[in-house]
Amino acid sequence: MLTHDDIPGTIVFDGRQAMKAYALNKMCFSFNDAANRESFKRDEDAYFDRFGIPPDQRAAMKRRDVLALVRSGGNIYYLAKWAGILGLNVQQVGALQRGITEEAFREMLRQESV
Amino acid sequence: MARIVGAVATSHIPLIGKAIAMGWQNDPAWKPFFDSYSPVQDWLRSVRPDVAVVVYNDHGLNFFLDKMPTFAVGAASEYTNADEGWGLPVVPPFPGHPELSWHVIESLVADEFDVTSCQEMAVDHGFAVPMALLWGKDDRRIKTIPVCVNTVQFPLPSPARCYKLGQAIAHAIHSYPDDLRVVVLGTGGLSHQLEGERAGFINKPFDLMCCDAIAHNVDPLLMLSSRDLVREAGSQGVELLAWLVMRGTVSGCATQKHFAYHGAVSNTAAALMLLA
Repeated sequence: MLTHDDIPGTIVFDGRQAMKAYALNKMCFSFNDAANRESFKRDEDAYFDRFGIPPDQRAAMKRRDVLALVRSGGNIYYLAKWAGILGLNVQQVGALQRGITEEAFREMLRQESV
Repeated sequence: MARIVGAVATSHIPLIGKAIAMGWQNDPAWKPFFDSYSPVQDWLRSVRPDVAVVVYNDHGLNFFLDKMPTFAVGAASEYTNADEGWGLPVVPPFPGHPELSWHVIESLVADEFDVTSCQEMAVDHGFAVPMALLWGKDDRRIKTIPVCVNTVQFPLPSPARCYKLGQAIAHAIHSYPDDLRVVVLGTGGLSHQLEGERAGFINKPFDLMCCDAIAHNVDPLLMLSSRDLVREAGSQGVELLAWLVMRGTVSGCATQKHFAYHGAVSNTAAALMLLA
């Protein structure tokens, strides 16, 4: 399988990644529906059970470890819906992965595009 | 006979949809951005298109990884919008043009583009934000045909393949018997990356090179692979593929009539281009 490991700081979502976390991505896809988001908020563990989420991914979700979720096969388009439940915006999601503050992340974006 | 009156490329950043819903168009931080759309809105009023073919990428609203088409074409009488899980403002459904959709699908498959046809299709901000920018969030007079390019899961189609898809869409439209005026939108970009240690990556020189190439000489971009696009434009910068489809629909004839670039709006710079 063609891999994409040569792009720094980037985990390309290909078949190799897609195989790792189908259940996680499927759970996040379900968050398109507001009723499912409410179910998740009411009882995270029951919701994890329903989708068969493995313990390492549950733990990563509980500690808001976006990078670990991405590495373990989470697709950012679907993870974004989970981040939405937590009230995280895309700058906060980026800052969490970079290990910097939201303000520093925003300033970086500004510097890159002026 | 149907004809393409021109093509527009624009960013589709969700925050723009929020700004429109909140009525921030005259807010000093937003005014220059929204004002840059006026020339294209004026052009649309003068050419009065009947149908918009909207080339964009789904962000995990309509398609899941269970079935991920490389190219999908809507064939519905209307396309609904949704909040995508983040509580985005939801806009009214967009009317379709199923007869033209099926003609396009028939023609594309005959031209060896084996697209997925969709009689139900929810459209996300990649579709709805550009429509709101160009026609207003509640204007539903124009009929639409969504064309969705996979940018979610590799393998992605190459830039050259996307450009050729655009040429095939033009061939399809030009062979439709009714007198319709069609505008093509390509939405997304510019360079950005949401995930990994490189989250927040923006490559302004590459963005400007791409915009210039799409306006004046697309050939250098057609040499790139989708993997090259990830390296140069970030993992979500591959949305540029929709711009290449758009360029392909007006290959050879259209010139740039308007261009605007704005520094970071959310995680990406924004751009607008009119080719006619």
